[in-house]
Amino acid sequence: MNQEKLAQITTILSKKTVGIAGVGGLGSNVAVALARSKIGRLIIVDHDIVDESNLNRQYFFQDDIGKVKVEALSDIIHRVNPSVSITAVHTRLMPGCMHEPFHGADVIIEALDEALSKKQFIEDVLEHLPGVPLIGASGVAGYGQSDRIVTRELGNLYLCYDEHAPSSDDDVLLAPKVALMANWQADLALTLLIGDIR
Amino acid sequence: MSLIVNGKEVAYKKQETVAGLLNRLQFTFPLIIVKINGTLIKKKQYETTIVPDNARIDVVHMISGG
Repeated sequence: MNQEKLAQITTILSKKTVGIAGVGGLGSNVAVALARSKIGRLIIVDHDIVDESNLNRQYFFQDDIGKVKVEALSDIIHRVNPSVSITAVHTRLMPGCMHEPFHGADVIIEALDEALSKKQFIEDVLEHLPGVPLIGASGVAGYGQSDRIVTRELGNLYLCYDEHAPSSDDDVLLAPKVALMANWQADLALTLLIGDIR
Repeated sequence: MSLIVNGKEVAYKKQETVAGLLNRLQFTFPLIIVKINGTLIKKKQYETTIVPDNARIDVVHMISGG
Protein backbone atom coordinates (compact mmCIF):
# COMPACT_ATOMS: atom_id res chain seq x y z
CA MET A 1 0.00 0.00 0.00
CA ASN A 2 1.14 3.53 -0.84
CA GLN A 3 0.97 4.99 2.69
CA GLU A 4 1.92 8.48 1.54
CA LYS A 5 -0.97 8.59 -0.94
CA LEU A 6 -3.35 7.15 1.65
CA ALA A 7 -2.31 9.85 4.13
CA GLN A 8 -2.94 12.56 1.51
CA ILE A 9 -6.39 11.14 0.76
CA THR A 10 -7.24 10.86 4.44
CA THR A 11 -6.25 14.48 5.03
CA ILE A 12 -8.48 15.64 2.17
CA LEU A 13 -11.48 13.50 3.17
CA SER A 14 -11.26 14.49 6.85
CA LYS A 15 -12.31 18.00 5.83
CA LYS A 16 -15.25 16.90 3.66
CA THR A 17 -18.98 16.51 4.31
CA VAL A 18 -21.25 14.08 2.48
CA GLY A 19 -25.05 14.21 2.75
CA ILE A 20 -27.02 10.98 2.36
CA ALA A 21 -30.76 11.01 1.68
CA GLY A 22 -32.16 7.70 2.92
CA VAL A 23 -30.23 5.12 4.91
CA GLY A 24 -31.79 1.91 3.65
CA GLY A 25 -29.97 -0.51 1.37
CA LEU A 26 -28.05 2.15 -0.54
CA GLY A 27 -27.53 4.79 2.13
CA SER A 28 -26.42 2.55 5.01
CA ASN A 29 -23.79 0.89 2.81
CA VAL A 30 -22.60 4.24 1.40
CA ALA A 31 -22.25 5.65 4.91
CA VAL A 32 -20.15 2.75 6.19
CA ALA A 33 -17.90 2.78 3.10
CA LEU A 34 -17.28 6.52 3.55
CA ALA A 35 -16.69 6.12 7.30
CA ARG A 36 -14.02 3.49 6.56
CA SER A 37 -12.50 5.99 4.08
CA LYS A 38 -12.17 8.51 6.98
CA ILE A 39 -14.74 11.02 5.78
CA GLY A 40 -14.94 14.04 8.10
CA ARG A 41 -18.68 14.49 8.40
CA LEU A 42 -21.87 12.76 7.32
CA ILE A 43 -25.39 14.19 7.21
CA ILE A 44 -27.78 11.22 7.27
CA VAL A 45 -31.53 11.67 6.82
CA ASP A 46 -34.25 9.01 7.05
CA HIS A 47 -37.75 8.70 8.58
CA ASP A 48 -37.76 4.93 9.07
CA ILE A 49 -37.04 2.40 11.82
CA VAL A 50 -35.11 -0.85 11.34
CA ASP A 51 -37.31 -3.81 10.41
CA GLU A 52 -36.28 -7.45 10.25
CA SER A 53 -36.98 -7.45 6.48
CA ASN A 54 -34.22 -4.81 6.04
CA LEU A 55 -31.46 -7.15 7.17
CA ASN A 56 -31.19 -8.93 3.80
CA ARG A 57 -29.38 -5.90 2.34
CA GLN A 58 -29.09 -2.99 4.76
CA TYR A 59 -26.10 -2.41 7.06
CA PHE A 60 -27.96 -3.18 10.29
CA PHE A 61 -27.94 -6.08 12.75
CA GLN A 62 -30.49 -8.20 14.62
CA ASP A 63 -30.20 -6.07 17.75
CA ASP A 64 -30.99 -2.91 15.73
CA ILE A 65 -34.55 -4.06 14.95
CA GLY A 66 -37.01 -1.43 16.21
CA LYS A 67 -34.40 1.33 16.44
CA VAL A 68 -34.56 4.60 14.50
CA LYS A 69 -32.40 3.96 11.43
CA VAL A 70 -30.31 7.13 11.59
CA GLU A 71 -29.55 6.48 15.28
CA ALA A 72 -28.69 2.81 14.78
CA LEU A 73 -26.47 3.74 11.81
CA SER A 74 -24.72 6.48 13.80
CA ASP A 75 -23.71 3.85 16.39
CA ILE A 76 -22.50 1.46 13.67
CA ILE A 77 -20.47 4.21 11.95
CA HIS A 78 -18.81 5.12 15.25
CA ARG A 79 -17.89 1.49 15.89
CA VAL A 80 -16.02 1.64 12.56
CA ASN A 81 -14.61 5.15 12.91
CA PRO A 82 -15.27 7.21 16.05
CA SER A 83 -13.88 10.36 14.41
CA VAL A 84 -16.75 10.86 11.95
CA SER A 85 -18.92 13.84 12.86
CA ILE A 86 -22.54 12.81 12.23
CA THR A 87 -25.62 14.97 11.80
CA ALA A 88 -28.50 12.48 12.09
CA VAL A 89 -31.91 13.77 11.01
CA HIS A 90 -34.93 11.58 11.72
CA THR A 91 -37.49 13.03 9.37
CA ARG A 92 -39.40 12.35 6.15
CA LEU A 93 -38.13 14.49 3.27
CA MET A 94 -40.98 16.51 1.78
CA PRO A 95 -41.08 17.44 -1.94
CA GLY A 96 -40.10 21.06 -2.55
CA CYS A 97 -37.69 21.19 0.40
CA MET A 98 -35.96 17.81 0.23
CA HIS A 99 -32.60 19.54 -0.17
CA GLU A 100 -32.81 21.52 3.08
CA PRO A 101 -30.91 19.22 5.48
CA PHE A 102 -27.99 19.08 3.03
CA HIS A 103 -26.74 22.68 3.08
CA GLY A 104 -22.99 22.53 3.64
CA ALA A 105 -22.47 19.15 1.99
CA ASP A 106 -19.62 18.84 -0.52
CA VAL A 107 -21.37 15.91 -2.23
CA ILE A 108 -24.95 14.63 -1.86
CA ILE A 109 -26.01 11.00 -2.28
CA GLU A 110 -29.56 10.11 -3.39
CA ALA A 111 -30.25 6.80 -1.66
CA LEU A 112 -34.04 6.72 -1.62
CA ASP A 113 -36.27 3.78 -2.45
CA GLU A 114 -39.23 4.81 -4.60
CA ALA A 115 -38.77 6.09 -8.15
CA LEU A 116 -41.01 9.10 -7.50
CA SER A 117 -39.02 10.12 -4.40
CA LYS A 118 -35.77 9.76 -6.35
CA LYS A 119 -37.05 12.06 -9.11
CA GLN A 120 -38.40 14.63 -6.63
CA PHE A 121 -35.16 14.65 -4.64
CA ILE A 122 -32.98 15.04 -7.73
CA GLU A 123 -35.14 17.92 -8.99
CA ASP A 124 -35.07 19.68 -5.61
CA VAL A 125 -31.30 19.40 -5.27
CA LEU A 126 -30.59 20.45 -8.89
CA GLU A 127 -32.85 23.48 -8.43
CA HIS A 128 -31.83 24.64 -4.96
CA LEU A 129 -28.22 23.40 -4.56
CA PRO A 130 -27.02 23.49 -8.18
CA GLY A 131 -23.35 23.78 -7.28
CA VAL A 132 -23.22 20.58 -5.24
CA PRO A 133 -22.48 17.30 -7.06
CA LEU A 134 -25.35 14.83 -6.65
CA ILE A 135 -24.91 11.07 -7.01
CA GLY A 136 -28.06 9.00 -7.58
CA ALA A 137 -28.76 5.35 -8.28
CA SER A 138 -31.40 3.83 -10.54
CA GLY A 139 -31.79 0.12 -11.25
CA VAL A 140 -30.70 -1.67 -8.07
CA ALA A 141 -33.25 -4.49 -7.98
CA GLY A 142 -32.64 -8.12 -8.93
CA TYR A 143 -29.40 -10.01 -9.41
CA GLY A 144 -26.98 -10.79 -12.24
CA GLN A 145 -26.06 -8.79 -15.37
CA SER A 146 -24.17 -6.22 -13.31
CA ASP A 147 -22.03 -5.48 -16.38
CA ARG A 148 -24.92 -3.26 -17.49
CA ILE A 149 -24.25 -0.72 -14.74
CA VAL A 150 -22.79 2.54 -16.02
CA THR A 151 -22.22 6.02 -14.68
CA ARG A 152 -24.31 8.61 -16.51
CA GLU A 153 -22.95 12.13 -16.09
CA LEU A 154 -25.47 14.91 -16.63
CA GLY A 155 -23.64 18.04 -15.51
CA ASN A 156 -23.51 17.95 -11.74
CA LEU A 157 -25.82 14.91 -11.58
CA TYR A 158 -24.08 11.54 -11.62
CA LEU A 159 -26.28 8.48 -11.90
CA CYS A 160 -25.23 4.90 -11.17
CA TYR A 161 -27.53 3.41 -13.74
CA ASP A 162 -28.80 0.12 -15.11
CA GLU A 163 -31.54 1.24 -17.48
CA HIS A 164 -32.69 -2.34 -18.08
CA ALA A 165 -33.01 -3.33 -14.42
CA PRO A 166 -36.43 -4.32 -13.07
CA SER A 167 -38.32 -2.17 -10.60
CA SER A 168 -38.31 -3.30 -6.98
CA ASP A 169 -42.11 -3.02 -7.20
CA ASP A 170 -42.08 -6.19 -9.35
CA ASP A 171 -38.80 -7.82 -8.34
CA VAL A 172 -36.50 -8.44 -5.37
CA LEU A 173 -33.86 -6.38 -3.57
CA LEU A 174 -30.82 -8.42 -2.56
CA ALA A 175 -27.57 -7.58 -0.78
CA PRO A 176 -25.04 -8.10 -3.60
CA LYS A 177 -26.59 -5.75 -6.19
CA VAL A 178 -27.66 -3.14 -3.64
CA ALA A 179 -24.21 -3.07 -1.99
CA LEU A 180 -22.59 -2.98 -5.44
CA MET A 181 -24.56 0.12 -6.42
CA ALA A 182 -24.01 1.72 -2.99
CA ASN A 183 -20.26 1.22 -3.21
CA TRP A 184 -20.32 2.50 -6.80
CA GLN A 185 -21.92 5.68 -5.42
CA ALA A 186 -19.38 5.89 -2.58
CA ASP A 187 -16.50 5.38 -5.02
CA LEU A 188 -17.82 8.17 -7.24
CA ALA A 189 -18.10 10.40 -4.17
CA LEU A 190 -14.43 9.76 -3.35
CA THR A 191 -13.44 10.54 -6.94
CA LEU A 192 -15.24 13.88 -6.78
CA LEU A 193 -13.98 14.75 -3.29
CA ILE A 194 -10.34 13.78 -3.71
CA GLY A 195 -9.77 15.24 -7.18
CA ASP A 196 -6.34 14.90 -8.74
CA ILE A 197 -3.45 14.04 -6.45
CA ARG A 198 -0.05 12.64 -7.25
CA MET B 1 -30.32 20.03 -38.29
CA SER B 2 -30.11 17.28 -35.70
CA LEU B 3 -30.27 16.51 -31.98
CA ILE B 4 -28.10 14.32 -29.78
CA VAL B 5 -30.27 12.25 -27.44
CA ASN B 6 -28.38 10.07 -24.95
CA GLY B 7 -25.36 10.25 -27.22
CA LYS B 8 -27.18 9.24 -30.41
CA GLU B 9 -28.07 11.45 -33.36
CA VAL B 10 -31.79 12.06 -33.82
CA ALA B 11 -33.53 14.14 -36.51
CA TYR B 12 -34.48 17.70 -35.52
CA LYS B 13 -38.11 18.77 -35.96
CA LYS B 14 -39.04 22.44 -36.05
CA GLN B 15 -41.20 23.69 -33.16
CA GLU B 16 -41.22 20.31 -31.43
CA THR B 17 -41.95 20.33 -27.69
CA VAL B 18 -40.15 18.17 -25.15
CA ALA B 19 -43.38 16.17 -24.77
CA GLY B 20 -43.46 15.67 -28.55
CA LEU B 21 -39.86 14.50 -28.66
CA LEU B 22 -40.35 12.07 -25.76
CA ASN B 23 -43.43 10.69 -27.51
CA ARG B 24 -41.61 10.41 -30.86
CA LEU B 25 -38.74 8.51 -29.25
CA GLN B 26 -41.16 6.38 -27.22
CA PHE B 27 -39.83 7.25 -23.79
CA THR B 28 -42.79 5.80 -21.98
CA PHE B 29 -41.40 5.54 -18.45
CA PRO B 30 -43.39 7.79 -16.13
CA LEU B 31 -40.52 9.01 -13.92
CA ILE B 32 -37.73 10.50 -15.95
CA ILE B 33 -35.14 13.24 -15.62
CA VAL B 34 -34.71 15.37 -18.74
CA LYS B 35 -31.85 17.77 -19.33
CA ILE B 36 -31.48 19.90 -22.46
CA ASN B 37 -28.02 21.42 -22.96
CA GLY B 38 -27.41 20.79 -19.27
CA THR B 39 -30.56 22.48 -18.00
CA LEU B 40 -33.14 20.46 -16.06
CA ILE B 41 -36.58 20.45 -17.69
CA LYS B 42 -39.36 19.72 -15.19
CA LYS B 43 -42.43 17.73 -16.17
CA LYS B 44 -44.72 20.78 -16.13
CA GLN B 45 -42.47 22.34 -18.79
CA TYR B 46 -42.61 19.38 -21.22
CA GLU B 47 -45.61 20.77 -23.12
CA THR B 48 -44.30 24.32 -23.36
CA THR B 49 -40.56 23.90 -23.92
CA ILE B 50 -39.45 23.85 -27.56
CA VAL B 51 -36.40 21.70 -28.31
CA PRO B 52 -33.75 23.86 -30.02
CA ASP B 53 -31.77 22.66 -33.03
CA ASN B 54 -28.42 21.03 -32.27
CA ALA B 55 -29.54 20.43 -28.66
CA ARG B 56 -27.89 17.81 -26.51
CA ILE B 57 -30.61 15.97 -24.63
CA ASP B 58 -30.17 13.54 -21.76
CA VAL B 59 -33.05 11.37 -20.63
CA VAL B 60 -32.72 8.92 -17.74
CA HIS B 61 -35.48 7.07 -15.96
CA MET B 62 -35.79 6.41 -12.28
CA ILE B 63 -36.42 2.82 -11.23
CA SER B 64 -37.63 1.94 -7.72
CA GLY B 65 -35.22 0.22 -5.34
CA GLY B 66 -32.76 1.27 -2.69
